[in-house]
Amino acid sequence: MSFIFKYVKKYKIRAILAPLFKMLEAIFELLVPLVMAAIINQGIGNSDKGYIIRMSGVLILLAVIGLGLALIAQYFSAYVAVHTASDIRMDLFNKILSLSKKVKDSVGEEVLTTRITNDINQIMNAVNMVLRLFLRSPFIVFGAMIMAAFVDAKASIIFILVVGLLALTVVFIMRFTLPRYKEIAARLEKVLGATSENLEGARVIRAFARTDSEKKEFKEKTQSLTDLQIITGKISALLNPLTYVMVNIGIVVLIYFSGIRVNRGAIMTGDVVALVNYMSQILIELVKLANLIVLIMKAIPSGDRVNALMEMKSDERTKGLGHEPGEFSGAIRMENVSFSYTGSMDFDLANISIDIPAGSVFGIIGGTGSGKTTLLRLLNHTFDATEGDVLLDGINVVDISDEKLSQVFGIVPQKASLFAGTIRSNMTMKNQASDVEIIEMLKNAQAYDFVMAKEGLDTEVLAKGNNFSGGQKQRLTIARALMGQPKVLVLDDSASALDLGTEAKLRSALSALPWKPTVIIVSQRASSVKSADQILVLEEGKCVGLGSHEKLLDSCQAYEEIYYCQYPKEEACNE
Amino acid sequence: MNNNMKQQEILKRVLLELKAYGLKIILSIISALVTVYLTLRIPILTGQAIDTIVGKGQVDFDSLIAILQEMAVTVVATSLAQLLMNRLNNSITYSVAKNLRDRAFDRIQNMRLADIDSHPHGDIVSRIVSDADTFTDGLLMGFTQLFTGVLTIIGTIIFMVRLSVHIALLVIVFTPVSLILARFISGRIYKYFNDQAAIRGRETSYIEEIIVNKDIVSNLSFEDRASEEFRVMNDKLTDASMKATFYSSTVNPSTRLINNLIYAAVGVYGALMAINGQITVGNLTSFLSYASTYGKPFNEISGVVTEFQNAIACAGRLFELVDAEPEPDNGNKTIDGTRGRIVFENVSFSYDKSKKLIENLNLTVEPGQKVAIVGPTGAGKSTIINLLMRFYEIDKGRITIDGVDIRDISLENLRSNFGMVLQETWLKEASIRDNLKMASPDASDEEIIEAAKASHAHGFIQKMPAAYDTILSASRGQVSQGQMQLLCIARVMLNIPPMLILDEATSSIDTRTEQKIQLAFNKMMEGRTTFVVAHRLSTIKEADMILFVKDGQIVEQGNHSQLLQKNGFYAKLYHSQFKES
Repeated sequence: MSFIFKYVKKYKIRAILAPLFKMLEAIFELLVPLVMAAIINQGIGNSDKGYIIRMSGVLILLAVIGLGLALIAQYFSAYVAVHTASDIRMDLFNKILSLSKKVKDSVGEEVLTTRITNDINQIMNAVNMVLRLFLRSPFIVFGAMIMAAFVDAKASIIFILVVGLLALTVVFIMRFTLPRYKEIAARLEKVLGATSENLEGARVIRAFARTDSEKKEFKEKTQSLTDLQIITGKISALLNPLTYVMVNIGIVVLIYFSGIRVNRGAIMTGDVVALVNYMSQILIELVKLANLIVLIMKAIPSGDRVNALMEMKSDERTKGLGHEPGEFSGAIRMENVSFSYTGSMDFDLANISIDIPAGSVFGIIGGTGSGKTTLLRLLNHTFDATEGDVLLDGINVVDISDEKLSQVFGIVPQKASLFAGTIRSNMTMKNQASDVEIIEMLKNAQAYDFVMAKEGLDTEVLAKGNNFSGGQKQRLTIARALMGQPKVLVLDDSASALDLGTEAKLRSALSALPWKPTVIIVSQRASSVKSADQILVLEEGKCVGLGSHEKLLDSCQAYEEIYYCQYPKEEACNE
Repeated sequence: MNNNMKQQEILKRVLLELKAYGLKIILSIISALVTVYLTLRIPILTGQAIDTIVGKGQVDFDSLIAILQEMAVTVVATSLAQLLMNRLNNSITYSVAKNLRDRAFDRIQNMRLADIDSHPHGDIVSRIVSDADTFTDGLLMGFTQLFTGVLTIIGTIIFMVRLSVHIALLVIVFTPVSLILARFISGRIYKYFNDQAAIRGRETSYIEEIIVNKDIVSNLSFEDRASEEFRVMNDKLTDASMKATFYSSTVNPSTRLINNLIYAAVGVYGALMAINGQITVGNLTSFLSYASTYGKPFNEISGVVTEFQNAIACAGRLFELVDAEPEPDNGNKTIDGTRGRIVFENVSFSYDKSKKLIENLNLTVEPGQKVAIVGPTGAGKSTIINLLMRFYEIDKGRITIDGVDIRDISLENLRSNFGMVLQETWLKEASIRDNLKMASPDASDEEIIEAAKASHAHGFIQKMPAAYDTILSASRGQVSQGQMQLLCIARVMLNIPPMLILDEATSSIDTRTEQKIQLAFNKMMEGRTTFVVAHRLSTIKEADMILFVKDGQIVEQGNHSQLLQKNGFYAKLYHSQFKES
């Protein structure tokens, strides 16, 4: 929570002025009952019409000044709240950009989005309300007590008693209800989870005839939610009646004692009216304060969650020093490279040594979880290798700047994804480029025809590329990776949605690229890597074979198994 | 689910829903009446009490004590009535919400798959979760506020008129000015709120996009530009928020000004009348108290109208879900012990009725035959499965199993005679054991382990933190996609129905594991009519019949050698995939 103060501090003066003006407004409000008392005591008492009219001028003045002060206060608090939220949002966005892949995956995408949208909005509302009310409400409560003491010191004892009792009641009720509100949210979350689970699994649930038991489970969940809501509701339903009784019984007692005081001549009738007024004001402010506390309690977890994210470590990879030549040829070497996500010695990728000459085609094959994608992530320094070196043209990738690496590597990820914008804006994400170049790469990626069939380079791309089919998205991501003629082209199982004819055309276009990049192809399918110069066979993070297709067929049992299970023996023999 | 109900119809439905709570609602209304009446009595009593306190030695203690006693009783009675009303309303609100949620959920269990598939799931979820809350809160709370608000206004007017018509008129005429002012300001700032919402929406989609594609962003070194683009958007949002927040916060002080001015006017006018002896000081006190609270219900009521409309909209959405058309289930025949002879006779079907898809399909599958469905991704291979399981209804023709039209079979019986393993794995958030037992709730532990062993899932289950009792939760990735598929296979193996549907059942399982479970698979398929969607040649070649699907249509059908001879799509696919390079 304290980190919010750090941000508010930037607008220190406004943040102090806002509640200050609110307090001034409160003072003017607290003066009203005194003026009324004077009207009753002097005006009516002495039948002085002139005095009454003069005093009405004072009342109007108080109201107008009050408005002015309130507007200034509202402006300052809105300013501080909005700008604080804006600064936090900007920093959080940059923080998210700087998170390493590992951290980002562990937090989860939806969570990150919620933090930067809903949670920050909660913080904004809370800051705004705190600046506006947090000082005002207590000030009015205590101010009313002080003013009452000013009217009649003895009556203030009743005020202290009532305020004390009220405070106790509010605290007691909130201590019961606040934690239960949290639990209610958790139970509602379960209802939500069950609903979306049942929508996802509608086919399976019906196929297994499980609808009745699902209904029963759901009713148990809503029942436990409703039970808690009703219990909590019963307690919070006490708040208004209890405070009402306390304040009004307080007024009854107050009038009785005031009667005695008036009878003795200690105070006048108008003073009694003022005292009653102050007591009623306390009730109104107390209700506001209780609402404010609920709002703050809701915002505190939001603040904590945002803060936790802010404090996550940024990417800790060794930063490239930029000692690099202007041009790379695209030769890659890995020397005894091992890697583990957790940093333990239980390696996810163990002891890999490969040598990929510039311009050659390198295939990586292996089952799910064998470490193929992990290996790719070491190549372009998404992760630091735990042991061993990854070298690009003989230079350790650790020493090359991320900027440079992004120019050298053209990466086609497993899951094709585009950004909202146009085809052109997607193609120029890495570098600016001419239409001629974009068209050339679209042709290479077999994407030109369908792009032209739409509206050419200005074709709108919807969020996530949702207006393109899976295969089209893959071809567009391939074209995007080709932009800027990267020296190393990495294809991570990225032709899975293409029909076989297109895939074949794509393969021949890629092998004819004029700048002859090194091509690294990852696949589960033997057919995709068969023609590579070298093939690395991975199994559970270990290299179980390295060499050409023919060599592996002779020497590597794992490769042989993969191959023959996709190409039954006679087929292979027929070749 | 798309027939938008009119507001009036929705209101009628709402009243129908509330009928069951009639007694509680009547009690709640009575306690509201009592609360309002007693609350309004207090200022009068206070005024009377003050009138007994005239000055030094002029206090009528007998009357004062009598009035204060009445006041105390009134106060206690008010709060009791308030408490009763609060509790009744709570109980009504939460019960209505629960009831509607349960019914909406029941409907999810038998609504048409077409409706589930075509609606964003998030939308349906938010109907059950948030709309139910907004509806009950908004409608019932709105109702009490409206009801007590109107009563308070009428009551206040009556009480004031009885004290003094002149001052009453002053309050009654001028108080609405503050409301008009509030309306005026809100109308003006509506645009700013719209702007804020629009910019916020754009910024949120941008954030989502960057987060989801963070890998690509860093591969392209796009961070700095993303940060810059975000800054521009964020600055715009800041401006819009500032306007919306500040201008909206001018409403309260402005209405307060009007109310304060009325208060001053009442004070002065009342004081002047008091000098003339037309009213007492106590009357003036009562008036001041009414003047300061008279505006409040107006404010509440004006808020209630928007809340009310919102609640009605939510109710409409919820009723739409509750009333969604269920899937037709009129058959009562059963096919237990079926041999599995499946015949498609002149079947036509399409998802979008304006685009033809399957036209006049004829197909006869003999008991125990294996049918492979082949074709490019996204060509609609799953359509046939949707039709067989009656997830979707055919438009024309008929499908029979052992001569019985599947529409004459009860849905539950039809579906329980098919075993299904889909590419999109689905497991419940429950223990592995409960997941595996889904099809056969009475299975013993031995049977479960046996099935898990056959599907090669036993090994990794054993390694899980609590083995078979490990709770699978949707959000955490404790099991890989491939392992999920193995679990789905084990789930079917525990109780194998007479017919099978395997839709890319092993797509995420690596080749070697797949080979290992092939034996179990073969055993499973033995003697059972099976539909397989697959891309592996070995599976396809062994099939008794191959259906080649392209653009949703079955363009070729026959066995491997027949289709090769035909030299059509299948032959082309076969050659390009397995013979090229």
